[in-house]
Amino acid sequence: MSSIAQKKGFGATIWDFMTTVDHKKIAILYLMSGGFFFLVGGIEAMLIRIQLVKAGNDFLSAGTFNEVITMHGTTMIFLASMPILLAFMNAVMPLQIGARDVAFPFLNSLGFWLFFFGGIFLNLSWFMGGAPDAGWTNYASLALASEGHGIDFYALGLTISGFGTLIAGINFLVTIINMRAPGMTYMRMPLFTWTTFVASALILLAFPPLTVGLFFMIFDRLFGASFFAVEMGGNTIIWEHLFWIFGHPEVYILILPAFGIFSEIFAIFSRKRLFGYTALVFATILIGFYGFMVWAHHMFTVGLGPTANAVFALATMIIAVPTGIKIFNWLLTIWGGNISFSVPMIYAVAFIPTFVAGGVTGVMQAIAPLDYQLHDSYFIVAHFHYVIVGGVVLAILAGTHLYWPKMFGTMLSEKLGKWTFWFFFLGFHLTFFIQHFLGLMGMPRRVYTFGADQGWDLFNAISSSGAVLMATGVIILLVNVVMTIVKNERIGNDPWGDGRTLEWAIPSPPPFYNFAQTPLVRGLDTYWIEKMDGNKKGMIFAEPLGDIHMPNGSIIPFVISLGMFIASFGALYFLDGKPWALAVLIGGLALMFGSMLLRSLKDDLGFHITKEELLEDAKGGNTDGH
Amino acid sequence: MDINQKYTPQSWPDHPETATLEGKNKFIGFWLLLAAETVTFASLFATYLALKDKGPSGMEFSAAGLFELPLVFAMTMILLTSSLTSVYAMYHMKNYNFKAMQAWLAITVMLGLTFLGLEIYEFNHYVHIGFGFTNSAFSSAFFTLVGTHGAHVLFGLSWFIALMLRNAKRGLNMYNAPKFYLASLYWHFIDVVWVFIFTVVYLMGVIG
Repeated sequence: MSSIAQKKGFGATIWDFMTTVDHKKIAILYLMSGGFFFLVGGIEAMLIRIQLVKAGNDFLSAGTFNEVITMHGTTMIFLASMPILLAFMNAVMPLQIGARDVAFPFLNSLGFWLFFFGGIFLNLSWFMGGAPDAGWTNYASLALASEGHGIDFYALGLTISGFGTLIAGINFLVTIINMRAPGMTYMRMPLFTWTTFVASALILLAFPPLTVGLFFMIFDRLFGASFFAVEMGGNTIIWEHLFWIFGHPEVYILILPAFGIFSEIFAIFSRKRLFGYTALVFATILIGFYGFMVWAHHMFTVGLGPTANAVFALATMIIAVPTGIKIFNWLLTIWGGNISFSVPMIYAVAFIPTFVAGGVTGVMQAIAPLDYQLHDSYFIVAHFHYVIVGGVVLAILAGTHLYWPKMFGTMLSEKLGKWTFWFFFLGFHLTFFIQHFLGLMGMPRRVYTFGADQGWDLFNAISSSGAVLMATGVIILLVNVVMTIVKNERIGNDPWGDGRTLEWAIPSPPPFYNFAQTPLVRGLDTYWIEKMDGNKKGMIFAEPLGDIHMPNGSIIPFVISLGMFIASFGALYFLDGKPWALAVLIGGLALMFGSMLLRSLKDDLGFHITKEELLEDAKGGNTDGH
Repeated sequence: MDINQKYTPQSWPDHPETATLEGKNKFIGFWLLLAAETVTFASLFATYLALKDKGPSGMEFSAAGLFELPLVFAMTMILLTSSLTSVYAMYHMKNYNFKAMQAWLAITVMLGLTFLGLEIYEFNHYVHIGFGFTNSAFSSAFFTLVGTHGAHVLFGLSWFIALMLRNAKRGLNMYNAPKFYLASLYWHFIDVVWVFIFTVVYLMGVIG
């Protein structure tokens, strides 16, 4: 339990990651598994574009195509984008507010493992009788008619990983409310912390409706309920409402942290304080608030009536206002700044016009009568890829370059980073810009092929060629990562030279207790203030050096998640008449609740790092933890 | 925090549930969890209202004909009383009176078990007359809403019992005081949800 340096074997390292409750290690776990699922989703995207490269192609069958589009959407949203953003939140947010860990380190680990097992469960469907094939929205009328177990994998897998995300959301909220360093008032919090805060609040209130909807789906398909079975009095529109009451806040759960990352980048690389910090904060809160009032704009063509459509159309247009406020604040942050075009900044600058384009098409769809034309066409596909890829994925790539040094202590290559950027950025616009026109020409989304006489060949071929460029960009990024790990050139506290917030004031990667002494915060951009005052230590301290209380690691989160994973197989095969299914269900639940009980009954008081160990650590420079 | 530290009613803090940082975190975190639970039940209520009395053509069951108030009224009173007794338990927890707290918690658990028993009896009765989980959209929605509440009651009872047994010998300290407090908070929440179930499902159901 001391921080004495020791070289660990491979098995010990694996065990360390399985039992860790350190937010920085959990961030690495999120980044690795999110990155893995990002590659899986990317391969699925390539399969889609290969199938659509020419008219009448038979590369994929219609059924397989449905599975691939469903898994592409589900994987990218739930298993790639969100976990990678959670990785940055975990890695950076506690450091930004001057905390030694999150409020609930144990739950942090549990949240990760639930997400991880949920993702694995969902993807096992490929090898166990077929993947879900009703689209990522899984509309009940399609889903109930789907044969095999694909939809069951979807419902159970997302339930598990959804619990994990909910736990992460609560954890971040409490961390930000309770664990801020002295002087870190709400209006001194860095923008990334603010967006984490609001996105976590959205997670808290948006995930329960999804879980309820998924349970209805599980009950209908596996246990004979009839929530969505029309002949039994059910109603499929209930699924659509529950899904989109979750689904719309979900896109803000993704985009707000992306906004946060870009806000940090604009300030750092323009060497300026964020323009209109207060406006940015309130715009973030407003976007979160309105995010719950617009879900039915996904359902304009359902037939809710003109009144409902008008209300939701108006609410949707209003959201453009706070988003516009943000765009102008970023532009004015750059304005007159001393700009350095490092890789993160290039992504940030490219993000603005791309995201504005996606926002404009969004407002177009908010016009309900026009949406009757655009609905379910490639225009929609183009729109949401412009906001999700043009917003969230660009932020993820930018954030990977920006925070890599803080997470791993090495710098990704700037040169390769720029190559990645240009391939990815040009490839992205080549792929998706033209899809607006395909949509206007009448090409519906989710079709597995088209005829040669429909005039969509050329544009689809162009779109597919863009996808090749994007894939090339991602491959260069992987090469970059491998080269950086092999070279292992260590860097200092503030590798970008212009860090403004607390995370840049401490070593990269930080020691496992983050701050030997809790910092005292004197204003917005804490570290910048201390730098300008010539403070060599980078911060002033709120307490003398003393013993630090830290939480113990635990394998229990892994076991709880494993129990839920096992129980899901039991539920899945329950109706197949497999005699072992019920036993597996009960056994899995017993493992889950048993380990929860063990956690509840066994005292876990943590341990202390003594002052002497801290002093030795400061001299020896070991930051590996225990 | 030192788990072996001995307190007297005088040295015991006024709000032991939030006296430590860990307690404060749990306090806020649990309120947030209850917010998520509220949304969960809101979704279940909305679905129930949409599917009330909906079933295959010629379905013989309707809320007006099915529900009988006397039993449900008794259940309501029992659960409301158990909320009161858990308040007494927390009163004694704050006064560092471990024995009185355990006694009131035991009464709370007894009342909760009675409630649960009556609910099982009620469900069993419905199934017996043919109104099972798979009977109709109405029955699915009813059993899922009320059953989810019942599962919460079961979880709350298990939580109380586990805490009482675990700490029976060692009494109150700063480590377990927040746990007792949160369990009682959870119990109140379950109670509030039941008030809505009683109103929306049973009262409004009987009115037709």
